[in-house]
Amino acid sequence: MSESTATHGRTSPSPATVAQYTQGQVAAQVTGAKSLILSLEAVGCEHVFGIPGGAILPAYDPLMDSTKVRHILCRHEQGAGHAAEGYAAATGRVGVCMATSGPGATNLVTAIADAHMDSVPIVAITGQVNSASIGSDAFQEADIRGITMPITKHNYLVTDAAEIPRVIAEAFHIASTGRPGPVLVDISKDALQATTTFAWPPRIDLPGYRPVTKPHQKQIREAARLITAAERPVLYVGGGVIRAGAAQELRRFAELCNIPVVTTLMARGAFPDSHALHLGMPGMHGSVAAVTALQRSDLLITIGARFDDRVTGQLSSFAPHAKVIHADIDPAEIGKNRIADVPIVGDAKGILADLIETVTAEHEAGAVGDHTSWVAATTQMRETYPVGYTPHAEQTGLMPQYVLERLSAIAGPEATYVAGVGQHQMWAAQFIDYERPNQWLNSGGAGTMGYAVPAAMGAKVAEPERTVWAIDGDGCFQMTNQELATCVINDIPIKVAIINNSTLGMVRQWQTLFYNERYSNTDLHTSAGGSRVPDFVKLADAYGCLGLRCERPEDVDAVIAQAMATNDRPVVIDFVVERDAMVWPMVPAGVSNDDIQIAKDTAPQWDREESEAVEQDTDADHDGE
Amino acid sequence: MTDVHTLSVLVENKPGVLARISALFSRRGFNITSLAVGETEHPEISRMTVVVGAADFPLEQVTKQLNKLVEVLKVVELDPLHSVRRQIVLVKVKADQATRGQVLEVVQLFDAKVVDVATDALVIEATGDSSKMEAMLELLEPHGIRELVQSGVVALGRGSRSLTDRALRSA
Repeated sequence: MSESTATHGRTSPSPATVAQYTQGQVAAQVTGAKSLILSLEAVGCEHVFGIPGGAILPAYDPLMDSTKVRHILCRHEQGAGHAAEGYAAATGRVGVCMATSGPGATNLVTAIADAHMDSVPIVAITGQVNSASIGSDAFQEADIRGITMPITKHNYLVTDAAEIPRVIAEAFHIASTGRPGPVLVDISKDALQATTTFAWPPRIDLPGYRPVTKPHQKQIREAARLITAAERPVLYVGGGVIRAGAAQELRRFAELCNIPVVTTLMARGAFPDSHALHLGMPGMHGSVAAVTALQRSDLLITIGARFDDRVTGQLSSFAPHAKVIHADIDPAEIGKNRIADVPIVGDAKGILADLIETVTAEHEAGAVGDHTSWVAATTQMRETYPVGYTPHAEQTGLMPQYVLERLSAIAGPEATYVAGVGQHQMWAAQFIDYERPNQWLNSGGAGTMGYAVPAAMGAKVAEPERTVWAIDGDGCFQMTNQELATCVINDIPIKVAIINNSTLGMVRQWQTLFYNERYSNTDLHTSAGGSRVPDFVKLADAYGCLGLRCERPEDVDAVIAQAMATNDRPVVIDFVVERDAMVWPMVPAGVSNDDIQIAKDTAPQWDREESEAVEQDTDADHDGE
Repeated sequence: MTDVHTLSVLVENKPGVLARISALFSRRGFNITSLAVGETEHPEISRMTVVVGAADFPLEQVTKQLNKLVEVLKVVELDPLHSVRRQIVLVKVKADQATRGQVLEVVQLFDAKVVDVATDALVIEATGDSSKMEAMLELLEPHGIRELVQSGVVALGRGSRSLTDRALRSA
């Protein structure tokens, strides 16, 4: 696959493409295991992250001989799963992980669930006990197909070797088309050992799988009409825009119509942070401008987003005056949480292209929406309340936000940033400047602590030329840091910035705010009071990484520069930061977004007259509500 | 407000499909009132009839979620006015010499059949829509119901159109 196609979203070769370059291949007598490896080669799989074991063992033998598929031996199956996710999220190509039956397979479950929540195209291949033993509680038996039914887009149990090529082709097709997602293929050991015929391309037989990608033109016209008529429209952009590779179309559309943009946690990078129309991230820890603009909007143009509770806050009071255009590839997302006035089912790239065309035609016919004063008002909001932080008087140490600001400035937008889950993730979403899609990877929907290190490893394997920074918390890092061994041994030089506040920081923040500062079971002893269990620098050293520590603001630039200059092995920086720094702004869970706070008990102060003018204006459409 | 809806779901006749579909219902918080499944005139396709109690809005959501399943070919809600719905009931009722006549009267009224007789009990087989079955059971109740088993509802649209044909065509 060429580099240029790889940058445009979902580009794993379709079975049809594969068919072209494997045409004329003669059917061959092989084992099921060999058939599996040949199938992986034929669909264009180049990397597999996994760990062998009894049931999957037959597959590892021909895998050793493959010159097209490189297997990377991980240290935990969860790491293999997240690595496949990082690989996929960084490029749009299908990520592949492999594990044995029973505990090997169940260890993949968290990563599969994560991929399901965030629409990441991965294929998980698991060994299963001999088909004759299935159901007998055999050694290392787990019904992984049953276990993963609710967390996969689709899954298979293969007990007949003849089915392997078709199932692999279907799995890649399903994972990468429509709304992307994880597909699990469980193969019994006897099927791997049986002799079968390998022929490619197989006939794909999926009569019930027909994702709608082309939007209905009537809905496009209706959307264009609402957009032209709207006074306070906002583009509410979700991760679907990134998965669809639609960032360029989004930018053209926003500029054409002069509409402010908010990018959700999953969509950071879908629209450049430096763009004048960008208001930042909406939601629980969103910017004041993004949250407020949505609340005051009269039209949400929602693309590839799903009205997640972390974005809407209390649903009934979310964007109360707005009509909703909701465009998504998954019809089930439309109307699930918020009724859509104009539902559009289709691929974000095609929808935006069609909207551009239709709106352009309207402009030529003289119907141009005027959003100038609204854009001015939202720009004012952004300038009045930029994302920032103010250290308290007693906070004299290193502020975590400062670390991320400097990291962004030094590593720049061409690096990939991969976060774990918690405070450091929110600060990374807020304080790093995102300029390109796939620059930011994180576990959004599932909120999986431990995602960062293995996902960064996967991203680095997918794009070895890029600098990849894992931004992790001291809690998250301890869940999956053993993949540093994988990185060292396989020459995958990622860089890890541990934002070490010696505590499960986000939980501590909630304990501070909602549980009377009773810090139940959140102290991790990784830096506070001089207790370093473990000492992350020594740990990095033990793995053969470069371990560095930074405890003072004046050392931040130098330590990042040293990490940037080290490319022969992974680097781990232990940034020891203020433990009581908090993530602001914040809308507490279940509360209306109108009640956003910029610091503890502090609401934004709007110029009364200006604010009331907007409110009155809003009421005018809604009969004095 | 809850209402009863009858869904016909055409699925690929493959192992595990039933588990996948029933799991979807429970995961999304839907209560299945009844479920019946069997092969259609095309052996590669099975047809499920699912009766669910749901307000209108989540029914749309569950229909969409069902359609997302790769093995689901078609989901149609059958309008009660334009469909035939039947279930089968087998019921064992106490009936001795003194009461047998009254029980047989109920059997006749509901166009049911006696399929087994013992000195002190009868097994009755009845088919019909749910309300007819309920009415019959109500009349049998005073005699003493010893054992009761009911199938799920099966349903078919009226007229000449075939759901399976349409599903196969669009596939």
